[in-house]
Formats: sequence, C-alpha cells, structure tokens
Amino acid sequence: MKIAVCIKRVPDTETRIKVAGAKIDETGVKFIANPYDEFAVEAALQLKQKAGGEIVAISLGPDSVQETIRTALAMGADRGVHLKTDGQPYDTLSVAQALAAELKGYDVVLMGKMAIDDYNHAMAPALAEILGLPCVTAVTSLTIDGNKGTAEHEVEGGVEVLSFPLPAVISTDKGLNKPRLPTLPGIMAAKKKPMESKPAVLGAARVTVRSLALPPERPAGRIIGEGAAAVPELIRLLQTEAKVL
Amino acid sequence: MILAFAESRGTSLRKAAFEAITAARTLGDDVHALIVGPSGIAAAAQELGAYGAKKVLVCEHAGFAQYNPEATAALLAERMKEYKAGVFVSTAQGRDLAPRVAAKLGAAFAPDVTSIKAEGADIVVTHPVYSGKAIATLAISGSPAIIAARPSTFTAVKVDGATAQVEAVQPVGDPNASRVKVTELKASGGAKLDVSEAAIVVSGGRGLKGPEHFSLVEDLASSFGNAAVGASRAVVDAGWRPHSDQVGQTGKVVSPDLYVAVGISGAIQHLAGMRTAKTIVAINRDKDAPIFKIADYGIVGDAFEIVPALAAAVREARRSG
Repeated sequence: MKIAVCIKRVPDTETRIKVAGAKIDETGVKFIANPYDEFAVEAALQLKQKAGGEIVAISLGPDSVQETIRTALAMGADRGVHLKTDGQPYDTLSVAQALAAELKGYDVVLMGKMAIDDYNHAMAPALAEILGLPCVTAVTSLTIDGNKGTAEHEVEGGVEVLSFPLPAVISTDKGLNKPRLPTLPGIMAAKKKPMESKPAVLGAARVTVRSLALPPERPAGRIIGEGAAAVPELIRLLQTEAKVL
Repeated sequence: MILAFAESRGTSLRKAAFEAITAARTLGDDVHALIVGPSGIAAAAQELGAYGAKKVLVCEHAGFAQYNPEATAALLAERMKEYKAGVFVSTAQGRDLAPRVAAKLGAAFAPDVTSIKAEGADIVVTHPVYSGKAIATLAISGSPAIIAARPSTFTAVKVDGATAQVEAVQPVGDPNASRVKVTELKASGGAKLDVSEAAIVVSGGRGLKGPEHFSLVEDLASSFGNAAVGASRAVVDAGWRPHSDQVGQTGKVVSPDLYVAVGISGAIQHLAGMRTAKTIVAINRDKDAPIFKIADYGIVGDAFEIVPALAAAVREARRSG
C-alpha cells in the first residue's frame, strides 16, 4: 500500500504570538509538527503494520520544514519529500495544487483535520477534489480493509459513520489514536532516510493576508470575591451587567 | 447576489442555516439559500425566508437522507458559480463541504470568518488564526468567493415580514452514486448540546480533582437550562472527558454568551479557545491563576463549595426572574 502523510510545521500551542507586519514574529518561537498531523502519521504507521507498503512524509514550506519531515521519519515513515517555497504560503487552494502534483498514485493520503496556525480545516477536501478522490474529514476512528474504508466523524451532537473506497484522502482528528513518540534509534535511523527536496509548483493565490493583528484585549479581569459568599454578587452582575440571566 | 448553504439534518434545518443567511446579508440584501434533504425538506424553506432569503432553492432526493458530501458539493458548485459569493458556516459539515466547492470552482476560499465586507470588487474578511491569538484580515479576489462563517458569530436575525420564493432544483448527477456514504448517524449521549453551539458553556478542569466530580459542573450547566459542558485539555488527555468536549487550541473554539471556567488555570491554549466569549466567569482556588486575567467575574475559592451554591442561586434567580 502506498501511503502519503502531509505534515506542517507550526508554532507550538504555548506560543505567545507577536505580530510583525502581515506575519508573526518568529523570534524565539518554538516550532513543532502540527499536532493533528501526528495522528495522521500514527494512522499511517498502523496501516503499514497491517497492510505493508511504504509511507512518504510530505511537507511544503521553507528549508526548516525538513526538520518536521524528520519527526515523521523518526516515528517510522520511510522517506521524505520537501516541496520548497520561500515562506509558508497562505492560500489553501494554491498549496493544495502544489501538493496534488506530488500526491498522484497513492492509495491513502493522510493529514490532520487542520493546522493549528491557519485554522483552515480545508486541505484534505480541497486536495481530494483536485485529485478526484473520495474524502473523509476529521476521523476519530478508521478501519481499512482491502480497498474499503470505514470511519467515524464527529458532528454537532453526534457521530457519523462513513464508508468509502480507496484510494482516498483522509483527515484525522484527536481521539483517533495516540501518536507514538520517536525513539532514540528511530531518531538516528531518520537521519539516514532519503529526503527529496524540490521546488513547489504553487497554484494561483486568490486570498491574500492583508494584515495580522492581535485580538482586541479583553478588559482586565476582575475578582469579585472569595468563596460561596461571593455568589450573590455574581448573580447580581450576571443579571444586571452581563444580562445573561 | 449571494447564495447561502442552509445546513439541515433529516428534514430539519440546523441553527447554522439561519446564521449562513445572516452572514450572507452582510454583503447585500440579494441573498438566496440552498437546501438539500430527503422528501419533506421543502417545508423548511419558508423558515429561511423569515431570515431574509429572497429565494430558496430546494433539492429533495432520497440520496440526501444522510449527509452526502459528494452530491451536495456537486450541486453547490453548479449553483454557486452563478453568484458573487457562496456562504457556509464552519460546522463539521461546512468544513467538509466548503473547501470541496471552492476547489471544484477554482474559487477563493476563506474559512471560519468573523466579519465580512465588500470592498470594491473584492471581499474583505477577518479570520482568527493561531486559534484566536491573532486576527488575519484577508482580501479575496474573483467570484464566486467561497466564505465560511465561524459558528455562533453571525447571530441569526429575522427580517420583518420577509418571505421567500421557493424553487425546486434537480441534483447534479445521481446522489445515490456517491463514493463516500454516511451509513449511520449516532447521537452522542442523548440530546447533548455541543459546546460549539451552546449559548452558555460551563467547563471543568483539573481543579475538580477527578472525573467523578464533573457532576458538579454538569449540575451547574443544567441550572442554567440549556448549557453545554466543556473541559480543559488536561482533563481530556487524562481521559476524564471525551475530546468532543475539549475547549482550546487543539479542541473547539467557542464564543458563547457566557463561559464559566471551573478549576481551570487558564493555559494559553485554553484561553485561545474561549477568549471571545461575551462574558467569562472563573472559579479557581489560586488567585494568581491566568484565567482571572481575562475573567469578567472571578471568584477565588473552593469549587466544591462555590459551584453548588452558584447552581442553587442560578436556579433561584431563573425561577424568580
């Protein structure tokens, strides 16, 4: 089975964001593999354990994303493909076209349901349309049997059970699995695994980031009291000031 | 002209359907809506008219009894190409559908937007990034522009005396031939309200000391009537609560009218998920907890003492108010 995993380099969840122009100030920012993509890597590893084959980890971005690809290789992916760009492009469809050019001929294409930086939730369905493949998004359960897949996907107040044929594009949600941590031998082996780097062929961008700003500050917090004695005052404020009661 | 996708389940419209119309109306009055569903869904069309949809396109087909991503995207792409913009709401379904439609049309796509305005031939939207730690202003060129509004952000507003013209439309291709099929919809835990849809969210964190004490939070939520129960990442990772309840950067981003944080210290990734709530109440033992920096009303002390007293007081206030 030919399995591809798309993985993105993103700022750590505990990062304090500082803005520099229409981008973030990357000084001192720790970067990690997008947490949702780690569920995709783990799903790929489990799939390979069952069905055999090869796992290719793909990332698009500047040279620094090779470090992110190495994370997937250290977890157990077989080889890496780096689609090189100057910065991290924003436009989903532009990136989807570049990835699609590289993702032909795979049985399963996996990625996280979203990247925690741009919060777009769009790559898997956009990519699937361009590739003409079926797509299931944000799966919390996944079974692949031969060329048939079943998955569960959380919706508001429920869970949808989906069936689909392979090849397919699948995006993963938290809850699907527990991604393994890279072991020391895994990290050593990852250094020797093949990594191909080539220019990304981006599609036309129709969405541009005009500016980036910090959100409006909330008014400074206010402690209204201690213990259960403060409850009547809270009720009064919820009724008269916040008007939510 | 703008076409809004009106989300439904079975033969009932979802809250997101009305929000999509209100979001679409920020671009002008000429708003149409499209609904798909099994036989009987057409009866819901006038409900959309009341929110200002001038025309409602209705596609009834047995193949739409469950969510049918491929057939729905095919129909939407076919119809939306005639419009200046297609508007969705970033629900589970909206997130699955809108990028497909954008990719089919080679159209610009902006998800999870919190404001929309026309600026000459372009559309300018704001979109929270880094889970709300920053706000990007995006310029979208070309038409149609495919835009998905953040849930619970464009509060649905009725338009006085408005009614819709209803037009039946045919599916594109055979909806029964879709490769991806929803074979079952399982309700999670009865009629549980989702944190992303609720007007009031009461969340618990590690300060509750154990999963068995979430009954306190559940009782406080029920005292408000229709509140959802959320959780911090720490307690989800500890297995006390399901991931579907998690509020924060790797969970759900919520914007309720009222958010009550019980025993949650307020890690950056949690604050990112709830800082847009209109009113925030925090109950925590540690007066230096970061949650108090953004809480409109903070109470320092023991949750096991404060929460039951608050639940009783809320019940009393709702009875007399």
